[in-house]
Amino acid sequence: MNYSCSRYELKCNDCGKRFGNQPLSACPDCLAPLEVAYDLDAVRGIFTRENIAAGPPSIWRYAALLPIPDGFQPDLPVGFTPLIHAKNLGKRIGATNLYVKNDAVCFPTLSFKDRVVSVALANAQRFGFETVGCSSTGNLANSVAAQAARLGIKACILVPADLEAAKILNTQVYGARLVRIDGNYDHVNRLCSQIADEYTWGFVNVNLRPYYAEGSKTVGYEIAEKLGWKLPDNVVVPMAGGSLIRKIRKAFQELIYLGLVEEKHVRFFGAQATGCSPIATAVKQGTEDVQPQKPNTIARSLAIGNPADGPAAAKMIRDSGGWAEDVSDVEIVSGMQELAETEGIFTETAGGVTTAVTARLYAHGRILPDEITVACITGNGLKTTDSLVGHYAEERAIRPRLADFGDYLRELEGAQELAVAGDIHGN
Amino acid sequence: MAIKVVLPTAFTRHTDGRKQFDSSAHDLPGLLADIDQTFPALSTQIKDDDGKLRRFINIYVNDEDIRFLGGESYAFKDGDEVMLIPSIAGGKI
Ligand SMILES: [Zn+2]
Repeated sequence: MNYSCSRYELKCNDCGKRFGNQPLSACPDCLAPLEVAYDLDAVRGIFTRENIAAGPPSIWRYAALLPIPDGFQPDLPVGFTPLIHAKNLGKRIGATNLYVKNDAVCFPTLSFKDRVVSVALANAQRFGFETVGCSSTGNLANSVAAQAARLGIKACILVPADLEAAKILNTQVYGARLVRIDGNYDHVNRLCSQIADEYTWGFVNVNLRPYYAEGSKTVGYEIAEKLGWKLPDNVVVPMAGGSLIRKIRKAFQELIYLGLVEEKHVRFFGAQATGCSPIATAVKQGTEDVQPQKPNTIARSLAIGNPADGPAAAKMIRDSGGWAEDVSDVEIVSGMQELAETEGIFTETAGGVTTAVTARLYAHGRILPDEITVACITGNGLKTTDSLVGHYAEERAIRPRLADFGDYLRELEGAQELAVAGDIHGN
Repeated sequence: MAIKVVLPTAFTRHTDGRKQFDSSAHDLPGLLADIDQTFPALSTQIKDDDGKLRRFINIYVNDEDIRFLGGESYAFKDGDEVMLIPSIAGGKI
């Protein structure tokens, strides 16, 4: 069955063959991943700054360049998250023009996955799937479960058994069937490929993948729009499967082609955890031959040892003149704390990876202080509080007495320091 | 000695609809040679112009990526289940 649409259709990245619109992710001939290709000239008069500004404050303001069926009426206000000038973090790490794209607050489940899932499920409905599924390291599971619940579609979600407790609970609460797999994400993903081959389900990151991945472009559109329709000099993006970084570039290229922004060469920087860094390793070695790794890191949402879009991401980063870095688990926790303490943004471990990598890129001179740089924070810290256990003391309780409070403060900060403060107060 | 080879649906148009077959290959190069003989059309689909296995195909032995087992040098054991899976498998409707 084919679902035609004049604006877009599936196209093979390698051999260029076109396949209309159907739940299919790999080219039947050369097995390369399929991508959604648009007739950009057909949307030229529609996808304009004025029309976008008149649209809703969500990703749906960019609907003309999203693969959603004609007549689809989106009603979930997903995305359009803040872009914050991170002056305080910048001061600490030697940056004057650093921005943070804060998807720790994306609706409805506090990660950028809400963007991709809303596009994927619009297509799941179009293709008539009664059950949707996914393999997930947590955020995707949360988002599929929540949005499937709202649309009245059944959800079956497969995750590695050792996932963070909050991410498990955040999937179950929506009534989704959660299957814990005794293995890492790559085992789960392999099984999902087999299930998608056997069952007639819509797997958002398998047979619906080309549509799903397009939702990531909205991060790029939002960065440009919120910078006043300008492109940044650099973008730092966390990498799991390697798709997000490519789609942000695709968004920038579309904006350039349609004349919404001036042409500019943007450099792309990838961030990974040292315990799972197949793409960063390939970039450092100057190759796109991404070798799989066995993940071992607290940044479980990035723990994909065999990233599907890894080779393309590695090539793209190198072609852009960018770089990729990886940081240790200790640095990841520091990165989370640093972002929270300076900008009031509590991110999950993946955001700690991005923050720590960004700091290192400045320290090593790969990014210059005054270049306009956007660091992408993709998920909320409330989901990975496990990683901070033991980092903060549990305070003893005191009696509700002013004198006790005074004693307590003196004990805490030292008598001398408080005495000085008392003198000032006394004047 | 025999191994069981499992294929995704997308490949079965070259195998008369069969999703699995047995092989007596001892290692991956042996299996590819076997496929060359038995299912030449499948062989063309899974190899590129240089005759190398396309990079979009992952090969698993039982539950493990063959690259973690030594890749081409891994010696199949009797009863091994060898799966060929595109890195992003296609769907069907
Ligand atoms: Zn192709």
